[in-house]
Amino acid sequence: MDQLVFAAEVFMNGLMTGVMYALVALGFVLIFKASGVFNYAQGVLALFAALTLVGIQQGQVPFAHLINSIFGTHLEYFGWTVPVVLAILLAGAVMVLLAFLVEKLVLQHLVGQEPIILFMATIGLAYFLEGLGDVMWGADIKNLDVGLPQGISESIESVSANWFGYGFFIDRLDIWAAIIAALLVTALVAFAQYTKQGRAMRAVADDHQAALSVGISLRFIWVMVWSIAGFVALVAGIMWGTKSGVQFSLSLIALKALPVLMLGGFTSIPGAIAGGLIIGVGEKMFEFFIGPMIGGATENWFAYVLALLFLVFRPQGLFGERIIERV
Amino acid sequence: MNTQTDIAIADRQLGGTLMELRNITLRFGGVEAIKNISFDIREGEIRAIIGPNGAGKSSMLNVISGFYVPQEGEVWFRGERRGPVKPYEVARLGIARTFQNIALFDGMSVLDNIMTGRLHRMKAGFLSQALWWGPAEREEIENRAQVERIIDFLEIQNIRKTPVGRLPYGLKKRVELARALAAEPQLLLLDEPMAGMNVEEKEDMSRFVLDVNDEFGTTIALIEHDMGVVMDLSDRVVVMDYGRKIGDGSPDEVRNNQEVIDAYLGVAHD
Repeated sequence: MDQLVFAAEVFMNGLMTGVMYALVALGFVLIFKASGVFNYAQGVLALFAALTLVGIQQGQVPFAHLINSIFGTHLEYFGWTVPVVLAILLAGAVMVLLAFLVEKLVLQHLVGQEPIILFMATIGLAYFLEGLGDVMWGADIKNLDVGLPQGISESIESVSANWFGYGFFIDRLDIWAAIIAALLVTALVAFAQYTKQGRAMRAVADDHQAALSVGISLRFIWVMVWSIAGFVALVAGIMWGTKSGVQFSLSLIALKALPVLMLGGFTSIPGAIAGGLIIGVGEKMFEFFIGPMIGGATENWFAYVLALLFLVFRPQGLFGERIIERV
Repeated sequence: MNTQTDIAIADRQLGGTLMELRNITLRFGGVEAIKNISFDIREGEIRAIIGPNGAGKSSMLNVISGFYVPQEGEVWFRGERRGPVKPYEVARLGIARTFQNIALFDGMSVLDNIMTGRLHRMKAGFLSQALWWGPAEREEIENRAQVERIIDFLEIQNIRKTPVGRLPYGLKKRVELARALAAEPQLLLLDEPMAGMNVEEKEDMSRFVLDVNDEFGTTIALIEHDMGVVMDLSDRVVVMDYGRKIGDGSPDEVRNNQEVIDAYLGVAHD
């Protein structure tokens, strides 16, 4: 009984971690659906968004080190703090500006190129953004606090203690992350399915020429999609940043999103969610049940092995579009 | 059937000039795909562009729809000179087109594909669209009704929900026409609408083209290889060969033009 209750707690925690994975994976799916590009920079985008948010919130002077070393000044902070809501809005605006610049400076010049070329461009973009984030806001680990509740949820602990005689330990931040992710996904699905811009987005993903012929501007759609991806990155950045501090290893969570995508399928928004949850729960449960038998530390590789199995047996993922090749 | 359409065409009054192309020259590197060509398209007519392979017909259509920008010459539409425009802007001006190698959204259903034709006509803000309230709902219903009319018109009711990728070739062509029609264009460009079709499919498509012209009053410019079809359908014909215009006039005039016979019909006929 004890073992079972404990497993249930591990399961719940896995779900919550999965939500975090799904948040990052969502950004990948959005851009992949709209432009057929695997955006390697999505993880860095989340990092950059979080850095920008902290920087704005704490009134940091952007490019402070650069300015100081050139002009011999000692700037660091403006000396004000920006309210959370305003800071988030400003960070969002920065992400939209970034989307516009990416389209203008990179994508526009690569129209009609092979997907692999665009993929390489996003790798370049990832390292550029990482460097830019460093130069703009500094490389030290920062605390991000946007007022989301943190720490153990006492109500869940006491309720579960009453029912099972064992108090579940669940972080309130994780619960909030799950709620926000659910809202975000609902909004995105509604957007893609029911709005004019959503239809146009799906059209562009499918065929550029045909999209042009019905009056869809590719540039507008690309800026829009990268803005949305930037916004999703901002949300993911806030969640991860609050959880473990804003640091450059944040961009590595993008790697965990890869197996999530292979499971869920690169083209499916629900797939990204399901994939995230499966990986999150899977790696925790595997660690719990099998881990002790084989020496632990399975969380490092479990997701990738699972993804490998999917690549062999179901390359389109759980929800991805079937790959139909007509001969 | 033939005699009936002949009479119908003879009776028709052609409107004023809708589009005029003046001295268009289009080059790809050193190759001149179109050499100094001028012709007009009048309101309400079916205008055919014919010629042997590689004559520059598709290039001409791409110039009209803004996919290619000619190095020289002027494009006049509705009495105004058109500047350098992007293809999507041309579409918004009321010129819809189909492609020689069908360009549909394979992942979407037939209905969704046709709906994309109306995207640029939708005005409601995206918040109200996503939440499905007020003006957005009314707009969606209106647009759906119009799309359903076109679906009925082209007799594709039974495949409305089918993903386009699964359809056979002939039906894909018809869906592409439906999407172009959904935009309620003033000028409809058809790039080889009957290529690769069997006789029965060709007859269906010819009937649709005539009906579209007749019922919606849509001006149509089309490229076609099948001479019989072209002569039956069109009011006036432009003949191209090696990027030059070698004939222009009614089907009968073109048929009797010696240069045209030499270049094209002479080979194809008897």
